[in-house]
Amino acid sequence: MIISEFAKQLNLNPLFESSKNINVEGVYIGDLLSIVMSKAKQNFVWITIQTHINIVAVAELLELSCIIVVENMEVELETVNKAKELDIPILKTNKSAYEVACMLHDSGIK
Amino acid sequence: MTDFFLKRLSFNIVANDFTVAGKSSSAIKNFLKSMGLEASVVRRIAIISYEAEINIVIHSYGGKLHCDLYEDKITIISEDTGPGIANIDLALTEGYSTAPESVRELGFGAGMGLPNMKNYSDDFEIKSSSEGTFIKISVFV
Repeated sequence: MIISEFAKQLNLNPLFESSKNINVEGVYIGDLLSIVMSKAKQNFVWITIQTHINIVAVAELLELSCIIVVENMEVELETVNKAKELDIPILKTNKSAYEVACMLHDSGIK
Repeated sequence: MTDFFLKRLSFNIVANDFTVAGKSSSAIKNFLKSMGLEASVVRRIAIISYEAEINIVIHSYGGKLHCDLYEDKITIISEDTGPGIANIDLALTEGYSTAPESVRELGFGAGMGLPNMKNYSDDFEIKSSSEGTFIKISVFV
């Protein structure tokens, strides 16, 4: 799926839209990076309230589909720039992690 | 034939520099992928090297991360200068952390760094003194 279609479908605000196609095979919700490292897997969507630059390193290492920052948290410019550099899509929403998870579930990601 | 050494990758890790934290682990991961290693092994090494790298950034005065490629295993070596770990058994307890509040707010300091390293390893060795910490972790391929 193209990330812009994914963002539109879920009404998410793209901070960086990669031109690559994403493949979504699962979802992980978490804000503690070591636990995300251990539990999230390749092609997972990661839902978090963390906005620090290191979230991009975690997503890159795990080869996640994208990062969705919830609760309208302000994402630092250096995080967005790092996402561009490493080609990691990063999206934002004012919805909660639970609401986004429900939308992902309703869109067919089980 | 065991322990046949093939190659070493080495990286300097700077204390407190979160802007590049993870970069060395990413280079290690991409190298191992390019060598055609199994995805599950690459994932385990990525987790181990990231945790080692972040620990050097948070807890030490700086150090080095090495990735040694053998015919039958991948070994990650983390060596730093710093205050060391006061109680290794406690540090290996899931959820126990000495990370300062300032980095916990950023999502670090879950108390899962060393436990993740140990859990994803096939062989785990740690030595620490008031001068620094040495960790050697292997994953068999």
